[in-house]
Amino acid sequence: MHVKQVSIFLENKKGRLLDALKALAKAKINIRALSVADTADYGILRMIVSDVPRAKAALESAGFTVKETEVIAIAVSDQPGGLAKILEVLNNAGLNVEYVYAFAEKHENDAIVVLRTENIELGIKTLTNAKVKILEPKKVYSI
Amino acid sequence: MFWQKNIETLPREQLEKLQLLRLKATVKRVYAKVPYYKKLFRAKKTAPKEIKTLEDITKLPFTTRDDLQKNYPDGLLSVTKDKLVRLHTSSGTTGKPKAVFFTEKDIATAANNMARCLTMTGVTKSDVLQNMMSYGLFTGGLMMHYGAEKIGALVIPAAIGNTDRQLLLMQDFGTTSIHLTPSYALYLAAIFEKKGRAFRKKLKLKRAYMGAEPYTEETKNKIESILKLKVYNSYGLTEMNGPGVAFECGFQAGMHLWEDSYLMEIVDPKTDRPLPDGQTGELILTTLTREGMPIIRYRTRDLTAIIPEKCKCGRTHRRIMRIKGRADDMFILRGVNIYPQQIERVLMSVAHVEKNYQIYLEDNDKMTVKVEITKKLFDGNLEHLKKLQFDLTEKLRAEIMVRPSVELVEPGTLPVSEGKAKRVFDNRKIY
Repeated sequence: MHVKQVSIFLENKKGRLLDALKALAKAKINIRALSVADTADYGILRMIVSDVPRAKAALESAGFTVKETEVIAIAVSDQPGGLAKILEVLNNAGLNVEYVYAFAEKHENDAIVVLRTENIELGIKTLTNAKVKILEPKKVYSI
Repeated sequence: MFWQKNIETLPREQLEKLQLLRLKATVKRVYAKVPYYKKLFRAKKTAPKEIKTLEDITKLPFTTRDDLQKNYPDGLLSVTKDKLVRLHTSSGTTGKPKAVFFTEKDIATAANNMARCLTMTGVTKSDVLQNMMSYGLFTGGLMMHYGAEKIGALVIPAAIGNTDRQLLLMQDFGTTSIHLTPSYALYLAAIFEKKGRAFRKKLKLKRAYMGAEPYTEETKNKIESILKLKVYNSYGLTEMNGPGVAFECGFQAGMHLWEDSYLMEIVDPKTDRPLPDGQTGELILTTLTREGMPIIRYRTRDLTAIIPEKCKCGRTHRRIMRIKGRADDMFILRGVNIYPQQIERVLMSVAHVEKNYQIYLEDNDKMTVKVEITKKLFDGNLEHLKKLQFDLTEKLRAEIMVRPSVELVEPGTLPVSEGKAKRVFDNRKIY
């Protein structure tokens, strides 16, 4: 149930995001979803990609600091309040959400959201109990 | 003007005779009384009887900063502790300091040398010296104080900071001479500019002694033109009693080094071979009169050259050029000696940063530490990076007393220099 996400350390410098994306393009890696978290001087680019090991190798050989982290991918019904309902489950369980971002593509009429809770195992358990649809990693990489 | 005309103008031949006599006594003394020196001498297969001429000094071992730290707190004493009256340590960081001890006579000698320095720049007993250096473990404050008192000048022990009070003291007590760091002098210059000409007219300032930090000719000129006084270059280091080791005379063409107290050599810092007068190399100093803690062939790591020509002032003690740089990577920021190793220790203790860092120094005492974010430091969490940045800043401030700006950078963005990694990029205009 753990989806692997690729995180890259980026300096806020002209062209660095482009450099990272070019490295992935060259290795023919598809980006499924991405988000950037930043401060004034540096940030973290987070991505769900088609092939994690190859993406990591391509980025590392281009000189980037890369980390694989685990996240949860959930299917959210595409209607008002869909995501709010799910976050409420986590909130009620006292679980903090570190970050959240969405896929560009839909999956069987559902929106796909990537989220990271402070305790991944507990997050998965809580969501499963609340009957939230969690997506298999394999499915996620090939969306 | 001379403080001790006889000694200051002693013919070279006699001066060298005196040096040899004192060198022999010093060497004998450390060999007999300081086990660490005996060990160093033996490792170099040498002994006091080998010293027959001044040139024989090259047979003796060097003393390094490491040796002083290894012998901290009191391993290099050549007298019993009851003979000591004072200790000082090298300028302040929390790492292992270098401690230097003085007997009553050692203090008197240092004060006397300081009195010579001040006298040759024109200070007399009718002068008022405002000493704006920190008093305490740092030698700068106290040694200048003693030298000026010895002459009979009125000393105002103002110490550092509180600018309003400094200005009030200058005005009310007719200060003629000030002793301060170049960075504080620049700060004062800015205040003087704001206060205008009328304020300066109320003051009797004639001269400034700047020490503890390197500074450029441009800084000196700027301070001279704004404060309307003469700035005299000086050279000193804690290991050698602090200020007053070498000083400019009225002709201001190099600094006379008191050769009856110190034996100086210039060596190539890479090969350790002696260099002839006029060539730039590392200044090596041996104390010739010190009782409490004599030091043989101390590697100052300061780069300079001996000026062999006789000075117009008549003094026979040779001059050295203004310091041209360092043979190691130590740098001085706001009067504090800082070694990259100290920075490295902090980086290691906080984050195992190891070798992936560089230090940039810019004008106005700005220091930036760039830390490469390698795999080990990166877990994909932004909050952790922010915390790392904060912790590094705070720990560095505690270690070096200066708050640096810490930047997190991508690996491989720091310039790599050929061979040995370059840690410090000093872009200040100081030497």
